[in-house]
Amino acid sequence: MTRFSKSRSSKPEQEARGGGAAMRVIVPLQGVVQGRGGLVLGSIIPCVLFYFLQLYLKRNRNDADSENEQNPGGPNTTTRSSSSGQLPELDAIPRSLSRALLSPKSPSGPVSVSARANGIVKGGAESPYNVGLKRVKEDPYDELANPNGVIQLGLAENKLSLDLVNEWLVENAREALLAGGGELGISGIATYQPFDRLMEFKVAVAEFMSQVMEKVVSFNPNQIVLTAGATPAIEILSFCLADSGNAFLVPTPYYPGFDRDVKWRTGVEIIPVPCRSADNFNISITALDRAFIQAKKRGLKVRGIIVSNPSNPVGNLLSQETLYSLLDFAREKNIHIVSNEILAGSTHGSEEFVSMAEIINQEDLDRNRVHIVYGLSKDLSLPGFRVGVIYSFNNEVLAAAKKLARFSSISAPTQRLLISMLSDTKFVQKFIKVNRERLQKMYVKFVAGLKRLGIECTKSNGGFYCWADMSGLISSYSEKGELELWDKLLNIAKINVTPGSSCHCIEPGWFRFCFSTLTEKDIPVVMERIQKVSEICKSRS
Amino acid sequence: MEKENRSRQVLSRIATNDQHGENSPYFHGWYAYERNRFHPTQNPQGVVQMGLAENQLCFDLVEKWIKENPNASICTREGANKFKEIAIFQDYHGLKEFTHAVAKFMEKVRGNRVTFDPDRIVMSGGATGANETIIFCLADPGDAFLVPSPYYPAFGRDLRWRTGVQIAPVDCHSSNGFRLTRAAVEVAYKKAQESNINVKGLILTNPSNPLGTTLDMETLKSLVAFVTEENIHLICDEIYSATVFSSQRFISVAEVIQELEHCNRDLIHIIYSLSKDLGFPGFRVGIVYSYNDIVVSSARKMSSFGLVSSQTQHFLTSLLSDEEFVDNFLSESKKRLAKRHHDFTTGLEQVGISCLKGSNSGLFFWMDLGPLLKEQTFEAELKLWRVIVDDVRLNVSPGSSFHGLEPGWFRVCFANVDDQTAEVALERIRTFVLDNGKKGDEGR
Repeated sequence: MTRFSKSRSSKPEQEARGGGAAMRVIVPLQGVVQGRGGLVLGSIIPCVLFYFLQLYLKRNRNDADSENEQNPGGPNTTTRSSSSGQLPELDAIPRSLSRALLSPKSPSGPVSVSARANGIVKGGAESPYNVGLKRVKEDPYDELANPNGVIQLGLAENKLSLDLVNEWLVENAREALLAGGGELGISGIATYQPFDRLMEFKVAVAEFMSQVMEKVVSFNPNQIVLTAGATPAIEILSFCLADSGNAFLVPTPYYPGFDRDVKWRTGVEIIPVPCRSADNFNISITALDRAFIQAKKRGLKVRGIIVSNPSNPVGNLLSQETLYSLLDFAREKNIHIVSNEILAGSTHGSEEFVSMAEIINQEDLDRNRVHIVYGLSKDLSLPGFRVGVIYSFNNEVLAAAKKLARFSSISAPTQRLLISMLSDTKFVQKFIKVNRERLQKMYVKFVAGLKRLGIECTKSNGGFYCWADMSGLISSYSEKGELELWDKLLNIAKINVTPGSSCHCIEPGWFRFCFSTLTEKDIPVVMERIQKVSEICKSRS
Repeated sequence: MEKENRSRQVLSRIATNDQHGENSPYFHGWYAYERNRFHPTQNPQGVVQMGLAENQLCFDLVEKWIKENPNASICTREGANKFKEIAIFQDYHGLKEFTHAVAKFMEKVRGNRVTFDPDRIVMSGGATGANETIIFCLADPGDAFLVPSPYYPAFGRDLRWRTGVQIAPVDCHSSNGFRLTRAAVEVAYKKAQESNINVKGLILTNPSNPLGTTLDMETLKSLVAFVTEENIHLICDEIYSATVFSSQRFISVAEVIQELEHCNRDLIHIIYSLSKDLGFPGFRVGIVYSYNDIVVSSARKMSSFGLVSSQTQHFLTSLLSDEEFVDNFLSESKKRLAKRHHDFTTGLEQVGISCLKGSNSGLFFWMDLGPLLKEQTFEAELKLWRVIVDDVRLNVSPGSSFHGLEPGWFRVCFANVDDQTAEVALERIRTFVLDNGKKGDEGR
């Protein structure tokens, strides 16, 4: 997971990615309408403002936008670039107020960049996610060299089993290198990979996916599109399945990176579907249904659901029953399902992982709505190598994704190296088994450590983290209280953890602790530091 | 069946429109090649690929270096100790040593006449990703960029497809050797404004694809002045910068802004890649270099969609830091490109086919087959092209794919084949031209 996350606004649906000026009109309006300005003002002022907004938009609009599903006055109000009428197929793409947004003045006058670029300047830079990462970078913990440094518990990376991969490399280095079309041979350097070379890699990846999922299902290499990491895989699916202004339903809490991957450049919305601790944060079809209906009322067209299995940040596995229910729901609403299964090999509990691929069979007409995202960053601990997978049963999606993947393709030498590694099935089997054992061990120790401090975690079966309820330590049961605790943990305890608000969790006080970058020795150190803060919080209440 | 149609309808416009441009003849020639690839011994009657702008002339130098430097690869016993930190590294700032090495390399290619700040180097998924990223940073859907034509066919996809931005071509003519002038840019700009098109900037490919020519200092200065006056952006795609093989040296926009006092640097951006200069398209190294802080910041976050593999960054750091190797490579590459270019152009001249005068760079030349056209139309050009692909069995690229105004021009890539194949290809064109007879020297 690379560093980017927009800070959560209290009203996610207001997060207009480019409508800066629209936001400046609407947010204060909300305040007035909610009664802070009085009923009369609350009626007149919005009308007046909207009238002028409509005038402004009309002046800049070319033709009636019949295909645009946006409410002209809604949160995603956009306007056209004045030249948009020139290309018919662009008519329906909502525009952002490019002219209204200028970058900070440079010595020679304001330079106008895109709304997306300006969005970066305005917000997101100081989100807890980024602040925490920065602090660790500046002052990283080291047992000997820097024992008072900040301990990283905010990055879902798995360092527990890298030694195994390292070992494999050293033993197999000779073959993996140059001679005979190895890692850096001509075929590793030239892009124009003969079709069969690329297929060789897809076959290896398909086989690996199957092994990771305990060989219950086999994956067809012809249904794979490779991307430079799971990040572009998600974005590409978002571009393929939805138009700008459409939306996906995403159960919360969710991986903060989705805000960037699903929404940023695509213009697609996320409708959060809250899961509750009472349900152990499991997905509720009722909640999905409610969210779908509400979206419809607001004029938002829902194109699909995005689920993560195992989930991040909670670590739940989706049961077979839930998967079937999701499929039924998707069929009923005629929408897609994107199943992010990037942690499928990183399960550590007693529960069995079930892939969406298992419940779909070849004759099933619904297969066209199911798409799986995978990658080697988590299960094989190789995030630096940038290997992502889109696996789909829909040929049109595959055709489009293949073309879009040209913007995010995998380095050829990396492909060659991995063909060697993934084809070594003995190694792969051993790696998956040992890695799971190590994850299990760390998970149990870490959760026990937190329990001794009176902090409970949800029962989870996958991922590199535990989802802890620290609501007992927060001063006020709110996002503010949660962030205050997060701040104490970062600056007093000097540990970087991910607050639930970054993951759009509706219940304050939950935190994600990643333990896979630690060694067992580090656990007591972490617990001691948390205890310090815990005592401070308890003494204050 | 009905259910199938129902699910088919639920894809996005982007997924179902034609903006990827892969239905153009440019790509059809590739399919012809794929079905029947030339091989000197195994398939001497096959199609020779001359539509791929790849630099394969100096692979031997790179191979030698790799063998002599096992620690550059994390897959060797010598290099494996670096493995763990490399495998885990996914910071979108890139390996510090990598950005430094790339900056130094870019400076070297420009004769050390300019300096590049490593902190302004942003990675992307090849030049393809870099071009798309810069557009995402500078423009909104519906905006337009001025692009001198003829231009690289895939710009249609890279600049427009997901960004929703348009291309407003700037016409260049054979009458003045397809040279780009400020006047031509102003005409195109005015035309766009009159049609209510919001122009956000100008894109220059320098050295040019498909022309194989570079811009002189005067023209560059006038264009920088133009964008400053109009407050629009200037994107310089300099991915062929190290392929300049003539005595006329390459002038980068970086040099120009050093000399100009009154230019707004916030408008200047460079696109680079290692695919052409070094012959490493498989490595997917694209670079966005911007003098504008907001753009750097924004592009950097977008680089998460196309980071360079850390394994590749690590390898390239070693390679590019070896000054002796780099100096030798750059000078050898120039020599070999110059020779290949010379062999083809003189060989063609002997049978009366001219190539664009003044071409001094690139991995291709711009060939004039106008005299062979039955009529000066694009239909005739495509007919001729079909004959060249199917009968002569050379996959060259027809000018119409490059959105030029004048039919009869073809782009021929010469750097992706070995000497033996190059000879075969040249012989085939010469034979074809002689057999078909020219329509005489008049009329061009």
